[in-house]
Amino acid sequence: MGKKYLEIRWHGRGGMGAKTGALLLGEAMMQQGKYIQAFPEYGPERRGAPVTAYNRIADEPIRIHYGIKSPDVIMILDPTLLNTEKVWLGIREDTIFIINSGLEPNQIKEKFNIKNKLFAVNATAISESIIGRNLPNTPMLGAFVKATGAIPFDEFLKSVEARLKMKYREDIVKKNMEAIKKAYEEVKES
Amino acid sequence: MEKGTFIKMALTGNEAYAYAMKQINPDVVAAYPITPATEIVQIFSKYVANGEVDTEFIPVESEHSALSACVGASVGGARVMTGTSSQGLALMHEIQYIAAGLRLPIVMAVANRTLSAPINIHGDHSDTMGSRDSGWIQIYTENANEAYHSVIMAIKIAETVNLPAMVMLDGFIISHEMEVVNTLPDEEVKKFIGERKPLYNLFDFENPVTVGPLDLQDYYFEHKRQQMEAMFNAKKVILEITKKYNDTFGTDIPAFVEPYRLDDAEYAVVALSSAASTLKEIIDEWREKGEKVGLLRLRITRPFPYEEVKKYLSGIKAVGVMDRAETHSTLGGPMLQEVKAALYDAEKRPKITGFVFGLGGRDFDDEQANTVLSMIKDLKDGKELPLYSFIGVRE
Repeated sequence: MGKKYLEIRWHGRGGMGAKTGALLLGEAMMQQGKYIQAFPEYGPERRGAPVTAYNRIADEPIRIHYGIKSPDVIMILDPTLLNTEKVWLGIREDTIFIINSGLEPNQIKEKFNIKNKLFAVNATAISESIIGRNLPNTPMLGAFVKATGAIPFDEFLKSVEARLKMKYREDIVKKNMEAIKKAYEEVKES
Repeated sequence: MEKGTFIKMALTGNEAYAYAMKQINPDVVAAYPITPATEIVQIFSKYVANGEVDTEFIPVESEHSALSACVGASVGGARVMTGTSSQGLALMHEIQYIAAGLRLPIVMAVANRTLSAPINIHGDHSDTMGSRDSGWIQIYTENANEAYHSVIMAIKIAETVNLPAMVMLDGFIISHEMEVVNTLPDEEVKKFIGERKPLYNLFDFENPVTVGPLDLQDYYFEHKRQQMEAMFNAKKVILEITKKYNDTFGTDIPAFVEPYRLDDAEYAVVALSSAASTLKEIIDEWREKGEKVGLLRLRITRPFPYEEVKKYLSGIKAVGVMDRAETHSTLGGPMLQEVKAALYDAEKRPKITGFVFGLGGRDFDDEQANTVLSMIKDLKDGKELPLYSFIGVRE
């Protein structure tokens, strides 16, 4: 696809919030007037197991209902997943990588022989220092917005904050918002 | 509310369904979360806990009891809803016939999921296809938005014809997928569905009634004949209520079937639910290549739309019918058999083949859709095909 729809594929591990990340992004894009899909690929649900989630974003209603095979953007919540086959399925020359890693973008490119446009941010360190545990999904959203410019950052923040407030305590929401902003500032491109 | 203006919400299929239930604000919901359960009732139970609905929520110890409690409440005149999936629906099987036989307008959410064994919690139509003969109206929706509107309509339909209705959405594929849903304001939903007007009042001691007594050779058949008459009448009522809904709110929900690019089609595919939605996109791609192919989506299968099937498929050279369920009859999937039966006395009968696909939640993707269309095209061009084929499986 890639023409009618912006297709994003998330790779994380159970407990890292890949699904929630996809849902938050979906809702924020809907508020921009877009049609959206956000859905996980469910396997056996357990902490630590590889998890895939998807977003489609479009200007028209989205009719197809199956997993994304060749993503425009790939979000890697755990860099060790780069060693798994599934992450590499359907990657095109123009697929953009956004990776949670403590390494510099160039180092990642070298290590995994990636020629694509690549963004890296240490979402784990950000979430551990601000939220108190490894929840890289929200900071990765900050990196996504910076990398793609898909949505004005302030409007994105407003949407995510409203959604999180429905489910979480105020202090948790505040910490997540802070983590998103920090990742937005810190993400590096190569 | 101005017609065609909706409140846009980003909701999963389950959330959309539960939100419709919240707006319907039923008197009673009874449910039990078997594995695999639908999240719909769980989400709804939060509305109950938060005091956002007036519903009496009855947690019970099994699905069998859940539907039994629904039957009792519905006999008592309440507006009753429940929800389940897969094994839970199977466990309700006995009571499904009782709800229909007692003419109780219970509306049930089913996130379609497969049946064990082997153990699997993912989406296919095995569960509700097993309820085809239970006397419930069956509505298969293609996305979260349609599921939302269909539930609201189902309340009105069920309470008009005094038959229970189940409204389906594809498990996981739609139930766990967030999409844009065009919702209505609470008061509009309330106005459209109105109040339930039960046929009798159990507490009217001047006019006592007996519900569910022994009914042997002398009258059982007459009562079943009346029940059947209600299903015959449902056809007209469903068409009217769907039209009224669309006219009132500016929605575009088809009633029994949705013909898609069929006007000049030489060959066509018949499908339900989310697979039909995917196929529309693939058909557009084939149309761009000059192929005269179309789709007939079946949305309501009980009562079965045999007139529409005949109308839209007569004269088409070749038809393929998709089934996300098996009958284990060796005669093909359930919809293949029923579409064939509907076309038997058509003037220009198409060649027909069937496809069983997506069992246990296997993704139905563009590749499989292309295979299906190619095979139907082959059939049109004179190639012999088996009674039905399995798509996307390792042989």
